[in-house]
Amino acid sequence: MTYPDYADYKVGAPIADTKAPAGPVAERWARRRFEAKLVNPANRRGHTVIVVGTGLAGGAAGATLAEQGYHVEQFCYQDSPRRAHSIAAQGGINAAKNYRNDGDSIHRLFYDTVKGGDFRARESNVHRLAEISVEIIDQCVAQGVPFAREYGGLLDTRSFGGVQVSRTFYARGQTGQQLLLGAYQALSRQIAAGTVTMHARTEMLDLIVVDGRARGIVARDLITGEISTYFADAVVLASGGYGNVFYLSTNAMNSNATAIWRAHRRGAYFANPCFTQIHPTCIPRTGDHQSKLTLMSESLRNDGRIWVPKARGDARPPNEIPEDERDYYLERIYPSFGNLVPRDIASRAAKNVCDEGRGVGPGGQGVYLDFADALARLGRAKVEEKYGNLFEMYERITAENPYDVPMRIYPAVHYTMGGLWVDYDLQTTVPGLFAVGEANFSDHGANRLGASALMQGLADGYFVLPSTINDYLARGGFETVDPSDPAVSEAVAATQDRLKRLLAVDGDRTPDSFHREIGEVMWEFCGMARTDEGLRKALSRIPQIREEFWRRIKVPGTGEEFNQSLEKANRIIDYLELAELMCLDALHRAESCGGHFRAESQTPDGEAARKDAEFGYAAAWEYRGTGQAPELHKEDLVFEYVHPTQRSYA
Amino acid sequence: MTLGPSVGLMALATRTERRTEPQPSMTRIFWRSTVGKKTVMALSGLIMLGYLVAHVMGNLKIFFGPGEFNAYGHWLRTMGAPVLHHSWALWIVRVGLLAAVIGHAVSAYQLSRRDIKARPTAYVHKRPRASYATRTMRWGGIILALFIVWHILDLTTGTVHVGGFEEGRPYQNVVDTFSTWYGNVIYIVAMLAVGLHVRHGFWSAAQTLGAGNARRDRALKAMANGLALVLTAGFVSVPVAVMTGVVS
Amino acid sequence: MKLNLRVWRQQNTDAEGAMATYEVDGISPDMSFLEMLDTLNEDLILRGEEPVAFDHDCREGICGACSLVINGDAHGPERTTTCQLHMRSFRDGDTIDVEPWRASAFPVVKDLVVDRSAFDRIIQAGGYISAPTGSAPEAHATPVPKPDADSAFEHAECIGCGACVAACPNGSAMLFTSAKVNHLNVLPQGAPERETRVLDMVAAMDDEGFGGCTLTGECATACPKGIPLPSIAAMNREWLRATRKARR
Repeated sequence: MTYPDYADYKVGAPIADTKAPAGPVAERWARRRFEAKLVNPANRRGHTVIVVGTGLAGGAAGATLAEQGYHVEQFCYQDSPRRAHSIAAQGGINAAKNYRNDGDSIHRLFYDTVKGGDFRARESNVHRLAEISVEIIDQCVAQGVPFAREYGGLLDTRSFGGVQVSRTFYARGQTGQQLLLGAYQALSRQIAAGTVTMHARTEMLDLIVVDGRARGIVARDLITGEISTYFADAVVLASGGYGNVFYLSTNAMNSNATAIWRAHRRGAYFANPCFTQIHPTCIPRTGDHQSKLTLMSESLRNDGRIWVPKARGDARPPNEIPEDERDYYLERIYPSFGNLVPRDIASRAAKNVCDEGRGVGPGGQGVYLDFADALARLGRAKVEEKYGNLFEMYERITAENPYDVPMRIYPAVHYTMGGLWVDYDLQTTVPGLFAVGEANFSDHGANRLGASALMQGLADGYFVLPSTINDYLARGGFETVDPSDPAVSEAVAATQDRLKRLLAVDGDRTPDSFHREIGEVMWEFCGMARTDEGLRKALSRIPQIREEFWRRIKVPGTGEEFNQSLEKANRIIDYLELAELMCLDALHRAESCGGHFRAESQTPDGEAARKDAEFGYAAAWEYRGTGQAPELHKEDLVFEYVHPTQRSYA
Repeated sequence: MTLGPSVGLMALATRTERRTEPQPSMTRIFWRSTVGKKTVMALSGLIMLGYLVAHVMGNLKIFFGPGEFNAYGHWLRTMGAPVLHHSWALWIVRVGLLAAVIGHAVSAYQLSRRDIKARPTAYVHKRPRASYATRTMRWGGIILALFIVWHILDLTTGTVHVGGFEEGRPYQNVVDTFSTWYGNVIYIVAMLAVGLHVRHGFWSAAQTLGAGNARRDRALKAMANGLALVLTAGFVSVPVAVMTGVVS
Repeated sequence: MKLNLRVWRQQNTDAEGAMATYEVDGISPDMSFLEMLDTLNEDLILRGEEPVAFDHDCREGICGACSLVINGDAHGPERTTTCQLHMRSFRDGDTIDVEPWRASAFPVVKDLVVDRSAFDRIIQAGGYISAPTGSAPEAHATPVPKPDADSAFEHAECIGCGACVAACPNGSAMLFTSAKVNHLNVLPQGAPERETRVLDMVAAMDDEGFGGCTLTGECATACPKGIPLPSIAAMNREWLRATRKARR
């Protein structure tokens, strides 16, 4: 079977962010807020806004819009808005409070984030994020988020990877949970007040675009299977990232890309899809049954030493391998940073030694993180005090005691920097469709710094969107959507057809088997290190999997009931298209930057080599049909304040 | 296909409005709430517990012989005199106890019905749950209620008493009751139930009234065990003494 | 490992359910309990049968979605969530009973999936601090003593999984409700709504049809996050205080 050449894409007209005001970067947000049109409080009740997702960005946005007087229709696939996957974030949230008097400032947080993103993010967006960071902490404390405190009753902070100041606020290892519950409680208050109508266990399956504007969604009630339409004056997607395209990731099992991918198919450009972050310290998989991966805090690298045996296929237990037959490869290759190199470098190095056949544990997919030296130097009590809960979690999952044998770790996909292209107002290329949080591409460039995801989600949800959406709504002209409008019936029919088709195939392969397969292709060819050859291989493989999917998928049950297999299979359809776009984006970006490493683009000593002249832009892709080459629109990135430099950690 | 709303119906709400409708009275809130009913149970239970402590002290006077025991019985009727008329104080105590029993029983009944309704389906896989004292609260309570009826008919009114009930001669009446095998059985079983009931009930009442916390927990449990032990041992010592001939 | 599974199957809320027996083979001790069920489901799909429905999402013990009663224990034999329970806690040849949470306030949706929206409604009744976005004072304006902050955090750790209700013989939601009341009421930011919060949340809890608390302690034993039992006493204290102080 032959397929159209997906890689034969066209370059269309460049795209630009027309909403960010000109002028000094520190004044742009204030200016935008002033210049944006407002909606009279008395008129807000007449506007309905749909919010899809209830994580940090969605929960915060829903609560805040409702407080402002809008009516919000909010959706989540989980049984409760409290379960969104923001809840799993461990480390903390950055804010330029400078409570430590250690030289932190809004400008430094801005600078660190632009540089950490390897110069692939917009300066105006990042500066706004840094400005808002301080308000987020105030807001969360007022909501009763129990941040860690000092004995004097003031907030504690800690330092985090890649920065030299202590600006990370935290609530033990459960910062995401506490922030999410804060947003959930604010949202609950509005649900009780009747200003938010919550639709739990309801999944968005398509976007309704009427007369060129986003006016509603098609959603399925996951309990009854009923397909319904919901109309509004604006639609906000807060549905998270798409890391689950890799099958194994630290994402929740049901996190999915359907909302953003369906929006992409309806005209929203998808930006930088290949920018994925791979976290170096996850618990390795134990076998083919593995369903997801669990992250271990990266703080472990402060005291643990990473090594593998020098010899290939050395099957001896770690404690029997003598010191001179061990390769502490990070310390060897990067003598000055050693085990504390940034996430992307540590991840790639682990992959390299495993590819050489020196990996440890089942399947050779792991490296040792050894605390023997730390235990000898600090004593068990001190190590326990610092890492006790992590060691306990590790032991629960692996049944190995890290006090006696070294931990085994391996990198895993955990965040996607890419997402729907949005302007400074967080509006996508479909008027009236907004994207917030991990669902958009805006603030992290090619690599996200630790403790910045929570900051961005809450900044978008509490502060940015509720200001910028007014400008859109104030322009008015919202006729009531006619339910019999062809655009509406087409979206509903397309959704129903898709589900019917899935149920009708009655093949011989389960949804999970396809998800695993596409995940393996992506991990192999679009994972930590990417090559022209590998990506082309993936691009030829994906249409075959897609074809096989529609021939062999088996979905038991019916569409008119609670049917988890149907939910899964329907999400996989979108992964099978998104995977293709990710590979194409990775193929076209023939440079290495941040989480995107192209083997062809490295410095003589094997480090990532950015090509600013050629690729100093955000790549926004326009959908052209399943399997059809999309069109590329480039948004040139201008750096007026933070000047691009090459990273070096050797 | 259903159609979602296209316009918001709710009024502008920049601040959440609470309680626009008239609120029920605090008494009503109290009695309607499970926490309020538990408070009633805790308080009435503590009243009855106080009574039991006094009761067991009185009972132990039996070891000082019929003279002192009967005189104690007589005093119960003259206490409060001359301010109060003969037996008035005793009746005041009785009415108070009756109110406590009714409050305790009605709350227990209503809460139990609610609890059973809240968990209509049992797990297929059975396993022992909670402590023995906890699990026997309901049955123990019913046993004690039946016992109290028998106890009053036996030693207060003499209705079911065997061996010639004589008012004013409690010593002989007690000896009569504990000279029958079933009198001993009923009494001893009931007193064991008292022990179990007090053991969980006292600690539980402390929690309900908000007196429990992590630091105090051991002390409260020790007190509950101590009270249960003292009461059961004190009460049971009387029939044992009759059976062994120490009291006759 | 080879195991015998007895799993509750129920087509929907209104249908009758029953235990069904399945044999699973080739189970690795390193699998999580849910991965073992994934294996069963893959088999069932290929055999043309409907897979077993169960709630799960993060699979790292924090979202609170997973909710299985395994051999009579909410979340199984270890003190953790079902998703963090591994098959090495079982032995080759074991028969394992898997049932849904049982409580009338948590109706079964399908198989092992239940509707826990009652918990959301308890939070909606007052489990929040009214702090509209933008109105917050500077975070350091109000210092919070570290012990209070730690206590708030300890209670805020609740993941809303419902194991407390599932384990309670009365289907009571006291531990869940008290966790949120204590989280917010101990903080200075929560003080203005302290009384209304506890009164409204307890009333909502009662309205949802949860049973009352008999202090069996099963909830705290089952809680994967270790919310302590004295949390309930602390809420009772708050409630009684509120009935005295509330200005209505």
